[in-house]
Amino acid sequence: MSLYSFAYGLALWICEVIAWIFNTIGASGIGGWLVTPGVVQFLQVIIVALIVFIVGFLVSITFIWQERKILGRLMDRRGTQVGVLGLFQNFADGLKAFIKEIIIPKDVDKWVYDAAPVILIGVSCFMIGLIPWGPDFYLANLSNGVLFVFAAFSIAPFAILIGGWASNNKYTVMGGMRAAGQLISYEVPILLSVASVVILAGSLNFLTIVQQQEDSMWYMFPLILGFVVFLVSLIAEIERIPFDLPEAEAELVEGWMTEYGGMRFGLVMLAEYVRAYVACSVAVLLFLGGWSGPSFVWPEIWFLLKVFILFAIFIWVRGALVRVTTKQILGIGWKRLMPLALVNLGIAIALKMTGVF
Amino acid sequence: MAEMWLNMGPQHPMTHGLWNLRVKIDGETIVEAEPVVGYLHRGWEKIAENRMYPQIIPLADRLCYGASMSWEHLYCNTIEDMMELEVPDRAKYIRSIVLEAQRIGSHLMWLAALGTDLGSYTIFLYSVRERELFLDLMQNLCGARLTYNYCRIGGVRNDVPANFERDFDRVLTHFEKKMSGLEALMDQSTVFRMRMEDVGYISGEQARNLGVTGPNLRGSGVEYDVRKDDPYEAYADLDFQVCYENEGDAFARYRVRMDEMYESCKIIRQAIKQMPKGPYRLKPPRTAEKGKSGWAHVEDPRGEGFMYAIGNGTDRPYRLKVRSPIFVTVSAAPVMLVGYKVADVPAIMGSVDMCLGETDR
Repeated sequence: MSLYSFAYGLALWICEVIAWIFNTIGASGIGGWLVTPGVVQFLQVIIVALIVFIVGFLVSITFIWQERKILGRLMDRRGTQVGVLGLFQNFADGLKAFIKEIIIPKDVDKWVYDAAPVILIGVSCFMIGLIPWGPDFYLANLSNGVLFVFAAFSIAPFAILIGGWASNNKYTVMGGMRAAGQLISYEVPILLSVASVVILAGSLNFLTIVQQQEDSMWYMFPLILGFVVFLVSLIAEIERIPFDLPEAEAELVEGWMTEYGGMRFGLVMLAEYVRAYVACSVAVLLFLGGWSGPSFVWPEIWFLLKVFILFAIFIWVRGALVRVTTKQILGIGWKRLMPLALVNLGIAIALKMTGVF
Repeated sequence: MAEMWLNMGPQHPMTHGLWNLRVKIDGETIVEAEPVVGYLHRGWEKIAENRMYPQIIPLADRLCYGASMSWEHLYCNTIEDMMELEVPDRAKYIRSIVLEAQRIGSHLMWLAALGTDLGSYTIFLYSVRERELFLDLMQNLCGARLTYNYCRIGGVRNDVPANFERDFDRVLTHFEKKMSGLEALMDQSTVFRMRMEDVGYISGEQARNLGVTGPNLRGSGVEYDVRKDDPYEAYADLDFQVCYENEGDAFARYRVRMDEMYESCKIIRQAIKQMPKGPYRLKPPRTAEKGKSGWAHVEDPRGEGFMYAIGNGTDRPYRLKVRSPIFVTVSAAPVMLVGYKVADVPAIMGSVDMCLGETDR
């Protein structure tokens, strides 16, 4: 049963129950209007959006837990211990951030200062809706979904830039500038490696790309070069060590987030993990065959499993490496990743021309 | 782009302690740097003038909590020179052992701080984990983990505890094994080397002229080590190398400290083997003659520490002067910083191993 038909059944049931209540109290006009297809479908879309949103956030929160635990083990400690297996740590953190006083520095540009986290959190949540989990489990099945996700990804550095600028602090400005500088170094290789996948699949739709991979093979194998380039750029995209320059806490205090406190800070941090979840999902969809796998469990389980394994690799990278500098990330982006991405693109074109795919 | 001054400190993650690094930046390039110290000034030398000689020992611990054994030993050495005492041989060996253990502990703390500076919490935790063993050894020896109050004028407070040799041997063996893994995490990591190599260059001549000492000087190719050049305690009888590198960059300073830790292990092993039997302490006089002075210099983990004391005819010193290695080294910060990026500041200043307690006194 697909997500939409399940939501339709639920919406219809809710509408019928409410309609029955209205009918029994005599307002049969409202009761009759409630069961019209327009109302039911509206409710259905809202239910689907809610489910996808909640599931996305739960996975993001699990990411935080996973990071704490795996990173702890990598560092020879146990990680968080709050609650059963440390699962309550996030809720404790959330509560703490929530009850903090909101301190706004005097000389900030009030409008932009408020708008920057809204934009950042907004686009991050928005991207959750673009990720299909399985052939039947998605909110939006856009014909150009891949393009859309990467367009949404590139908005975040803009929010960081204006947020850093509006905070009226030297460190935040430098953090914002670094976000912009970082953007131009990884965005080109990442899009070139995505282009190679699109060439092989012949589509910008996630479902079609996964279908193509199920029919032939995971694109990770013919496009291993592109996969590596994609993963490295992805770490820069979601701003994790070694590429977390905009918030390099050693030299820039907390980077562009220095002046953000309380729940704003908490939500921005959460948004970072939401973006990590979306990034891992995109990598799984484009290169690791999405939800394809032995059919004894639901495809959604395979998808989740791959996402978590991929994120574990990111955690491993974080545990092993130190932060690079702006100069170095530009060097890595333009001198190393870019030629590799171009070679990979050539391989993809050659494979397509010779009719292998 | 317009130039601007950036205050990195006094409360900033890059500063290990309380100091302010003012840098003038053009974009992200540093064009001028100006270290501002003095936030932690406690009037240490003045306090010392009002304390009896044995009371200053725990005070000297507080000069640098990362290397407190080294500082209290320097103080005791100074007063012994002033009072013309000859320390028993056993005490000399015990002091050499604990000083080297302290050097390893201090270097590990530096490594931990460097790890967080560069953004790797793993390096921090691994180093602190190994440092814990040395703290345990010290706790076994004198009951304290950080500020030991162990050296005495004319010896050490107590003899070594039971199983001293066995414990040290176990810890050193374990430590050397773990260190090679930790070294692999950093030396074989391209990213780590990218951050550390070719930043914070200072030539040997510049370093000498600016009074830089210790591992920071040896990182610039100058083979100067007080333990070798003017041996104190038992160092003259022990066989060890002076570690130095020629590159003069942050990575060279890092390598010097890493090599020194291995060298310290070697020294401890030898000293334990050669340690003679006998008394570990003699009874010092309570007062020093008026106008009589004494001095000592030692190889602190951070450089050459120096103390100068003048007697008062009473049981308190007339004057006690401290030369802190880092106070001098930090004045070389502009030379190391100018021309590099803001992102290199943690790597460069992290490789210097700041300690504010001794700098501001």
